[in-house]
Amino acid sequence: MSKNILIIAEQRCDRVQNVTFELIGIAKELAKVNGAEVEVLLMGHNIAGQVSDVVGYGADRVILVDDPCLASYLTEPYAQAATEVIRERTPGVVLVGASSIGRDLAPRVAARLNTGLTADCTKLAMNEDGTLEMTRPAFGGNLFATIVCPDHRPQMSTVRPGVMKKCDFDASRSAEVVHKEIAFAPQKIRLVEEVKVCSVVDSIEDAKILVACGRGVGNPTSIEQAKNLANELGGTYCSSRALVDACVIESCRQVGQTGKTVRPECYVAFGISGAVQHLAGMEDSDYIIAVNKDENASIFNVSDLGIVSDANKVLPLLREEIEKLSRA
Amino acid sequence: MEIIVCLKQVPNTTEIKIDPVTNTLKRDGVESIINPDDKTGLEVALQLKEQFGARVTVLSMGPQQAEKALGEALAMGADHAILLTDRAFAGADTLATSKTIAAAIKGMPYDLIIAGRQAIDGDTAQVGPEIAEHLDLPQISYACEVGYNADTKVFTVKRQFEDGYQILEVEGPCLLTVLSTACKPRYMRVKGLVDLDNKEVQILRRSDLVIEDEVLGLKGSPTKVKQTFNKQYNTNKQKLVLDPAEAAKLIAATLKDKHLI
Amino acid sequence: MNSQLKYELFEKMVKEFTENEVKPLAHELDETERFPAETVAKMAEIGLLGINVPKQYGGAGGDMRMYIKAVEIISKACATTGVVLSAHTSLCVTPILEYGTEEQKQKYVPKLASGEWLGAFGLTEPNAGTDAKNQQSIAVDMGDHYVLNGTKIFITNGGKANVYVIFAMTDKSLGLKGITAFIVEATTPGFSIGKKELKMGIRGSSTTELIFENMIIPKSQVLGRVGEGYKIAMKTLDGGRIGIAAQALGIAEGALEETVKYVKERKQFGMPIAKQQNTQFVLADLATKVEAAKMLVYAAADAKQAKDPTLSVKAAMAKLYASETAMEVTNKAVQLHGGYGYTREYPVERMMRDAKITEIYEGTSEVQRMVIAGALLR
Repeated sequence: MSKNILIIAEQRCDRVQNVTFELIGIAKELAKVNGAEVEVLLMGHNIAGQVSDVVGYGADRVILVDDPCLASYLTEPYAQAATEVIRERTPGVVLVGASSIGRDLAPRVAARLNTGLTADCTKLAMNEDGTLEMTRPAFGGNLFATIVCPDHRPQMSTVRPGVMKKCDFDASRSAEVVHKEIAFAPQKIRLVEEVKVCSVVDSIEDAKILVACGRGVGNPTSIEQAKNLANELGGTYCSSRALVDACVIESCRQVGQTGKTVRPECYVAFGISGAVQHLAGMEDSDYIIAVNKDENASIFNVSDLGIVSDANKVLPLLREEIEKLSRA
Repeated sequence: MEIIVCLKQVPNTTEIKIDPVTNTLKRDGVESIINPDDKTGLEVALQLKEQFGARVTVLSMGPQQAEKALGEALAMGADHAILLTDRAFAGADTLATSKTIAAAIKGMPYDLIIAGRQAIDGDTAQVGPEIAEHLDLPQISYACEVGYNADTKVFTVKRQFEDGYQILEVEGPCLLTVLSTACKPRYMRVKGLVDLDNKEVQILRRSDLVIEDEVLGLKGSPTKVKQTFNKQYNTNKQKLVLDPAEAAKLIAATLKDKHLI
Repeated sequence: MNSQLKYELFEKMVKEFTENEVKPLAHELDETERFPAETVAKMAEIGLLGINVPKQYGGAGGDMRMYIKAVEIISKACATTGVVLSAHTSLCVTPILEYGTEEQKQKYVPKLASGEWLGAFGLTEPNAGTDAKNQQSIAVDMGDHYVLNGTKIFITNGGKANVYVIFAMTDKSLGLKGITAFIVEATTPGFSIGKKELKMGIRGSSTTELIFENMIIPKSQVLGRVGEGYKIAMKTLDGGRIGIAAQALGIAEGALEETVKYVKERKQFGMPIAKQQNTQFVLADLATKVEAAKMLVYAAADAKQAKDPTLSVKAAMAKLYASETAMEVTNKAVQLHGGYGYTREYPVERMMRDAKITEIYEGTSEVQRMVIAGALLR
């Protein structure tokens, strides 16, 4: 068994996803402790062009499985390929992005390898003996647990996107590329249709400033004002679960336990009460401004500047104030 | 058609609050509910039952009190309820849990197994896929629409991803994990509630399962909890009661300070 | 399974239903005086319109405790929706079940219990309120059928119901013993809906006049025996009063809950008004009365379930006490809300208007006192 760290890369729409680079970033940190190597398993079809990306972000070795069976993500062929590669490479640690695909694939692979899997980690630490400490939120983010997997290998973890830092891209890096052939078993599931929305317009994870709306911003006018405000500030808008459930805001803009984790430079929350599920997704923002009518709202527990006031009335006035200051 | 729905009783985590003084979880008086994704899974099963005819069995692993969740499922329209409960199962992580549930299902007839995507107390989304692996079944996770063709016995499932969806076809037996957005679970029926008087939850214990001791409970769990801790909150914060005009001024000034405007 | 679980889960279900389907409409129904037809359809789907109807007649086979609890919980959020359920169940389904022939029960109860049909009850007339014997609706025996003429007023579910239990004089010379009950379908020629009342409270509930013009009523529609109508009406109202008592209890609980929430939020003199001893003492008294009302209502429901001969008195006490408690609680709830409580922005204003009717319909508080005193001084 090796002590290496293997990352199962995620590629969608012909692009390696950010979470993979974030995993390489944390893996490089972990590897420093025990001198492990960072290997990246890249699966798909016609994906050789993506190798340079994972190398540039720090992979020491790339294992490439390129096969028509992997053209679209399907659980079984991906699980079969991943399991065979892991059995061959015998890494000490396997990291997977906690995206939809990662959270579908990882448990299937872990069960097949008869090992433990810690879901949705937000912190990882390596001990010198090669045991990994995996910290994750539970109870909707109310509680954190540090999990270890002492007697089974590999130690597997899915890691929440947006939490770990990727390394700077270095185009001059090089790494060994291992091609692996897999004899795929016949498939029981047929793909009839696949629709992808590959556009990545103003993703909330990448925004420097986020204007967030919650239940307290009830009417379409206020929501429109919040969107405009975000636009003027050069950021984008997002929301708590309430408005997504009410179909007022798109689900890809939901922040929180069941949505996305964000940490912008500034998070401005209007009318968000601050259920722990929401706080879990935004409390690491650099600076948090919250406006809510209820002075007991939990959002004030995490905000740097809390203002007890009616968000619906503050929003239109704020626009004027900002215009004044930006002209000044 | 035989459908097994896996469901878990969970504390309603949306009700859990942090005690601002002790910084600990206030769990007292937090009600136990059927995990929302699982309840949607049951609704999907009940709709298939209404359209195509099926026997719906709900299965839960947990303490004796989980009978209440199963009673609710029966009152919604499930035909049969099974509770896996034994001290030997306690402390199980997802791998041990999935092996225990798979061992219970092994002896049962089924065409379809439905689980919720994930439980709100653990948020792991692992037990469903791991059960499928132990039973060597194809799995489709994140199902948001489930269709069935009674002639060809093929399920057609729409599977939701962050950036799109897939339409997949599969023959039973298979396992689906369902998103809570798939449909709105029905209310318990008054008649179903009255009928609880004449229904029993079937209890399965360690001795009823064919499985090795080594894979059960805490002992059979590869992952161990080393430590738990509560969230620490920022204490260097300001909270002001302001009228909207003052509020707007202050926010604008703060943004200017931070060079955001 | 343990039968306690049945009650526990039933309450949970009705609470969820009320929270999601009833509460969000309460304000709008009151403002627009709109009958909640969509909620009635949803109640039907779950089985709430046949809670205590035996399974053989298409009901859920539940008991009075479940039915009364449902009226209470629903009324806590919306007294309009509560009375639709109560009038249907207590005043229409129950008398048909208790006095109907097997044929009548087979014909009407399954459709009523499933909610395909809604039920109502017609006793009150312009000149026959508390003095019910002064019935001027007349059913004339024509050999193989009756011809019914007359009007009824203040009929809950009027115009929305498909089936009415109607009382009319068949022999004026016999006084009270000349009143007979009939099952009347809304589609019968000669049946029409008159004036729709504009009311102080329960404004979404449909309260109308019924007009009967030369209606031909087959003899198979006689409910109970000829001349037994007054007895049927009084026994039916004994049961109905428990439903209204539950409605009143619900209103009181709703107002108390709203007020407890409000006094913790509302600040005067730099602190929540909940810190004022006046607030605390008023709330303590109200909560105690609500609890006492609850005991009386549940005891009456159990008496009805057990066919207890003292039901009349128990039902009268429950209705008297619960309705007067509802009036007192809502009145003081508005007071504790101050000026805001008088605005239609807060639900206690509606609750106070809704509470008043519970002291009036299905026997005024004075009638309840007559019933109680009559039994004492017999």
